[in-house]
Amino acid sequence: MSRKIFTLCSLVTVLAIALAACATPTTEAPKPTEAPKPTSAPAATSAPAATAAPKPPKPLVLGFTASQTGAQQVASKKQIEGLQLWLDDVKKAGGIKLKDGTIYMPEMKFYDDESKTDRVQALYTKLINEDKAGFLFSPYSSGLAKAAAVVSEQNGKVMITAGAADDATMEQGFKNTFQLYTPASRYLTGAVDALQKFVPTAKKVAIVYEKDSFSTSVAKAVEPYAKSKGLEVVIYEGYDTGTTDFAPFINKIVAANPDAIIGGGHFADGTTFSKQLFEKKVPVKFVAILVAPPEPTFKDIGDAAVGVIGPSQWEPQVTYSADAAKAANLPYYGPSNKAFVDAYTAKYNAAPSYHSAGGYAQGLIFQKAIEDADSIEQAKIVAALDKMNLMTFYGVVKFSTEAKTHGKQDAHSMVYMQWQKDASGKLLTQIVWPLTAKSADAVLR
Amino acid sequence: MNIEALIASTFDGLMLGFVYGLMAMGLTLIFGVMKVINLGHGPMIAIGMFAVLVMSQALGINPYLTLPVIVVMGILTGIVMYFLALHRVINSPELTTLLATFSVNMMITGLMTVIFTTSPRGLDVTLGSLQFGQVTILGTRVTAVVIAVVVTIALYLFLYRTRQGKSIRAVANNRSAAELMGINSSWMLGLSFGMGTMLAMISGMLLATMFSFTVLTGNTLETKSFVIVVLGGLGNPTGALFGGIIIGLLESITTIFIPVSWVPVLEFVVFIMILLVRPNGIFGARSS
Repeated sequence: MSRKIFTLCSLVTVLAIALAACATPTTEAPKPTEAPKPTSAPAATSAPAATAAPKPPKPLVLGFTASQTGAQQVASKKQIEGLQLWLDDVKKAGGIKLKDGTIYMPEMKFYDDESKTDRVQALYTKLINEDKAGFLFSPYSSGLAKAAAVVSEQNGKVMITAGAADDATMEQGFKNTFQLYTPASRYLTGAVDALQKFVPTAKKVAIVYEKDSFSTSVAKAVEPYAKSKGLEVVIYEGYDTGTTDFAPFINKIVAANPDAIIGGGHFADGTTFSKQLFEKKVPVKFVAILVAPPEPTFKDIGDAAVGVIGPSQWEPQVTYSADAAKAANLPYYGPSNKAFVDAYTAKYNAAPSYHSAGGYAQGLIFQKAIEDADSIEQAKIVAALDKMNLMTFYGVVKFSTEAKTHGKQDAHSMVYMQWQKDASGKLLTQIVWPLTAKSADAVLR
Repeated sequence: MNIEALIASTFDGLMLGFVYGLMAMGLTLIFGVMKVINLGHGPMIAIGMFAVLVMSQALGINPYLTLPVIVVMGILTGIVMYFLALHRVINSPELTTLLATFSVNMMITGLMTVIFTTSPRGLDVTLGSLQFGQVTILGTRVTAVVIAVVVTIALYLFLYRTRQGKSIRAVANNRSAAELMGINSSWMLGLSFGMGTMLAMISGMLLATMFSFTVLTGNTLETKSFVIVVLGGLGNPTGALFGGIIIGLLESITTIFIPVSWVPVLEFVVFIMILLVRPNGIFGARSS
């Protein structure tokens, strides 16, 4: 009997060791797959003293979590790719240089948060205490960023958030958290304006949203805005995160006979919802969905993507440039929009999404803050970020300095893209709103 | 109230209900034969989903043509699972077998998470649709209903018309008497577990053609299966089928009247009410 037990235990031990050996650690920073083509990467603002021997670069650990698995993985992957491209550009430029010749070479340290809030809090604590991360970037999505912000604020670490647009998070009087995205309250208000321009006869709108922090913020802001514009909100209802069968919900929407559907949540539900709207042949002319449409993989749903409009923090066709900055009386910093798009496409063999641009901009703003502060002291970086008001390829960036909304994004604005078909029937995106930035006329469904 | 929305939701609910019924039949069959509450049912549904995903995406097989493979895979997986995890404890108290199947659940869910991650997946299946006014009937759902009905009929023919099926029923009725008649009860229990697992995997395959899913979707559906089984009567496959249809209709029709977030609440209220008022289920025998 004891021999049998021994044999069994041995087998289990061998199996456990084999499984452990097969497991892939996810804590290492992604390795660059290939060197990006030359871009006009941001030049250092000051050169080190010419006569002194160059100091060896000092490492600067930048910590964050990435959703390599789970519901947020698609957008998160894009964000990390953008951040990685920024890191490549900084390394190519020789690091971030201070006026005294000190050079800091950023290093990324990240873990997979599995798109789970509880893992985010544990991992950010680990990044600060064990990995000694000097500065933090946020994970993707408002819910995860909110969880990370609690830890970063408790530890007094500067964190720049991307992929996090929730208003409520940034209205808690945070001192060290800075939001790059246009807040959720401004996400879909433009869609209402676009609806009234594209479908002047529209009277009824259905607002349906995922019941999470970010999407609820968006819906709460767009409902009164739609009403203030004279539209009747015939449905204002949330659905649970993880919903996969929208059929009964869609029947209810059809019964309310809206002219437009506005809302959504994140990639998985937004994609499924759009697909089922198409399958059910829902007769609305205007559909604007959060997050999912700007993702290049949204086109995988084929014809169901045509006509779907999405608010976007950035699109490859945007017109932010040094000239535009000059016209707006703002400084311009970093690579041109074309340089970013070309470098990203060359490196990843795919078009960048706004998540990718947000990831790059996250690093770029952090780099600019260090250069402006001429230091890596947390307080000086905070002061530099407070003063920041500039234009990059990603758009204008300025943070609120009000006590209650400190760090909330004040200046960045949204564009609205739409999936259309070109003459050959190929799916592509076009900016359709605002009209001053449009790359094509909107197509009604 | 819009009558067309009600009709559309009734059709959607009815069609989904057949698949739910098939899913719950697996759970109730296992309980009916061996008095085991199978907490490994959810991961089996997920295996069905991922099996069709892998076969259709990696091997390019039409998702519906994977059905025979999934049937064989389900029966074999169930038999292996029975002899590895349950056979030695089958005569132990129900809590022991429940914990054994819970362990299986944890192991399979963990293993699948390592292999597939918890990312959402989906099959690109389009079979067109029929439209009558506001009512749209999707081809994928009609096909799922047809397959669910065919599998249910095949199961009944197996249980009532074949020697093996009759042996399973005999073991379920009185194991000792069945053994005295020369029936190998261990093999019949293993086969029953295999049949139950097969039903879980087929329902997983059918649901995968309709919705997106993750490794963890099976566990959510397992909870739903319990509600259906309690509604239909523990150990009663016909009851499970009707229970599934009732839950499918409940989910779809109530969405017209109440916010969609309240539907799960309503489902579990029904679950509690059935346990309190009619613990043997709507289609089960009245308790004495």
